[in-house]
Amino acid sequence: MPFSLKLEKRLEESKIIAFLVPLGSLLLALVFGAILLQSVGADPLRTYSAMIEGAFGTPVQWTQGDFYALTETLVKATPLMICGLAVSIAFRMLFWNIGAEGQLVMGGFAAGAVALWLPGMAPWLPHWAFLPLMALAGIVAGAAWGILPGLLKAYVKVNEIITTLMLNYIAILWLQYLYYGPWKDPKGFGFPGTAQFEPFTWLPRLIGRVHWGLVFALLAAIFIWLILSRTRWGYEIRLIGENPVAARYAGINIGRNIVLVMFLSGGLAGLAGMAEVAGISHRLQHGLAVGYGFTAIIVAWLAKLNPWGVVVVAFLLAALLVGGDQIQITMGLPAAMASVLQGAILFFMLGGNILTRYRVRIVRSLPAECTQEG
Amino acid sequence: MNAETIHNNPTGRKRFVTRARGLGLFYLILAIIVLVWTLSSGSPQALSRLGLGIILQPPPVRLTIPTQPSLIAIGLLLGVIGLYALLRSPSERTTNVLLGSGALFVVLGAIIAAAADKSIDLVGLVKDSVRLATPIMLGMLAGVMCERCAVINIGIEGMMLTAAAVGYMVSLYTQNMWLGLLAAVLSGGVMATLHALLTIQFLVDHIISGTCINILAVGISGYIRAAFLLKNPFGAPGLFPYVFQGTPLWDIPIIGTILFQYQPMVYAALVLVPLVWFVLFRTPWGLRTRAVGEHPRAADTVGINVFKIRYVNVILAGCVAGLGGAWFSLETVGHFDDLMTNNRGFIALAAMIFGNWNPLGGAAGALLFGFADALNFKFQILEVNVPYQFIGMLPFILTMVAVAGVIGRTTPPAADGQPYRKQ
Repeated sequence: MPFSLKLEKRLEESKIIAFLVPLGSLLLALVFGAILLQSVGADPLRTYSAMIEGAFGTPVQWTQGDFYALTETLVKATPLMICGLAVSIAFRMLFWNIGAEGQLVMGGFAAGAVALWLPGMAPWLPHWAFLPLMALAGIVAGAAWGILPGLLKAYVKVNEIITTLMLNYIAILWLQYLYYGPWKDPKGFGFPGTAQFEPFTWLPRLIGRVHWGLVFALLAAIFIWLILSRTRWGYEIRLIGENPVAARYAGINIGRNIVLVMFLSGGLAGLAGMAEVAGISHRLQHGLAVGYGFTAIIVAWLAKLNPWGVVVVAFLLAALLVGGDQIQITMGLPAAMASVLQGAILFFMLGGNILTRYRVRIVRSLPAECTQEG
Repeated sequence: MNAETIHNNPTGRKRFVTRARGLGLFYLILAIIVLVWTLSSGSPQALSRLGLGIILQPPPVRLTIPTQPSLIAIGLLLGVIGLYALLRSPSERTTNVLLGSGALFVVLGAIIAAAADKSIDLVGLVKDSVRLATPIMLGMLAGVMCERCAVINIGIEGMMLTAAAVGYMVSLYTQNMWLGLLAAVLSGGVMATLHALLTIQFLVDHIISGTCINILAVGISGYIRAAFLLKNPFGAPGLFPYVFQGTPLWDIPIIGTILFQYQPMVYAALVLVPLVWFVLFRTPWGLRTRAVGEHPRAADTVGINVFKIRYVNVILAGCVAGLGGAWFSLETVGHFDDLMTNNRGFIALAAMIFGNWNPLGGAAGALLFGFADALNFKFQILEVNVPYQFIGMLPFILTMVAVAGVIGRTTPPAADGQPYRKQ
């Protein structure tokens, strides 16, 4: 072969490339999706436009004050944003927290426990005190679920990928036990789920089903951005992530940072769980653990761990999910088609990412004697 | 994950907590739980009947023992083991013996407790454990094959799910189960090829790629089910036949039930476990694989093709995971359900860690988790008052305990999860 392709690390990541490559990957993924859709007999353009309308609505609907599609996308985006922020701060210091799902579930569990049992135990509490207490409970429970692998990593050297993964399923089964067992609503006609919370423990809604969780998400983004870019702690986190050896020589206490970051990360995911149960389901039930914590990993990565990027990517991925439900209704395609498209887009984005860090050079192979010296 | 070295031991202090002490504490807590639970619930007159197989000629062989005294005895024995390990902190060797005997007591105790006022067929329980351990065992092998050459694979669940769907679809449309099996194996391999491409070629982080595989698998299998399986012109293809049915082996009492009453995937797993072990630890290929897993740069300098080793191992691992997927749709249930692998892929990872990245240890872990599954089913049938979610948690809790260094030292391959680029 006279030519070969060679990857060379880019000395600096150019802004234009960092913008063009994801765009190109997205376009390629859409082309791939179009071929896929064509092959199953669906019109790709009509399918794509149905997805866009399903996710954002149409200008006609907007002028009539119908923002249903857009608000549903925001509802889905909310937990993705908060969990995306949660995992991104941990990933920043190379702590692979893949346990956001479990931390979210524990947050939902704790908030649900407060909403279900505290009104009966403390009837003298004013109603406005409940939501803050639920948020606090959610954050503390999520943080506890996050700190455990943090402590194990920092002081017993246990790999966090394993522990955070395992803790997910312990949390999910624990919640299942509660709503199938002791906490099951006796008046629920046998459906697994707790009784509905009292209305004063519901998060107020802004528009449609969009609730205050969205505000939490945006505040969390500001919070994380401030920490990372404006504080000494954020500097330490970034340094540990970029060069752990240098960080240690600089006297940064890595163990302590792991625990603190996992407190923040788990707490945020727990808050997402609280927002879901208090804002959407108003009870503990099966719909809490539907994979937001796992999708958040992708969100964080696609956003390159940037807090504002997380907000944008979470919104776009939510649009893809909501739009996918729409193609089932209007196009008669299985909703799973959207998941396939989502997967394809992810893979093209992931594969394309290497081009932002490396450049492909076409190298002409030299005759053997010339390559002798290396 | 090049932070691994620095995250390790940030305190640098000498550990007072030895493995034996941790184990002792664990058993002591377990003993207290057993004793408190036994004394607080359950009637003193209860009898546990343990059957030895459903033997045709009456009377069936049965062991009848009083429940409460035997449980108290087991609790006390566990307590003694715990105290001994805690106070004396014995040598590695003794600790292993204590660990093994303690585990045996725990398993025995669980069976006796479950059989209170009822009867449990021990032989059937063993058979179910082996059967239910099969997908975990195959997934565990896939995990070991990947991680031994330093590719982390949390996408095993997705590979199994895709294989279950594709295998069922092909066997439905060709009306040939073996073609279905082939398709399942190949589809597992294709998903693994994606993982290999992304992690090895495109240097995507292994966790991200694995998560993507899982998300994609939910989409692909859901799409297959909606588009091809819900409405189809064919009858269900059935299940894999029992290998030894009709032979005299099948009818041997006890031994026949435990060894010869399975479908093919069980035997595939039981053959693959020693085979993978042999290849990994007794052949040049295995040595190279492990070298790549521990120190790819060094392996490269002695002329090992790191990329080839990783590609081949990861893709073959996907094929093995595909076998595990076929277990669900073609061997056990006979149809395909969304998410039917039900986290077995993650339990498989737990078994892999439990077995310290060794196929033999991992198989032991898989059998233990299969036993938990079998016990869970038995509990449901016997209406034993233990929530199935708690037993479902066991594999994950045991793995947490194991990685925390209590049950044994677990060490992943040194380069696990690190990308490799030629210089």
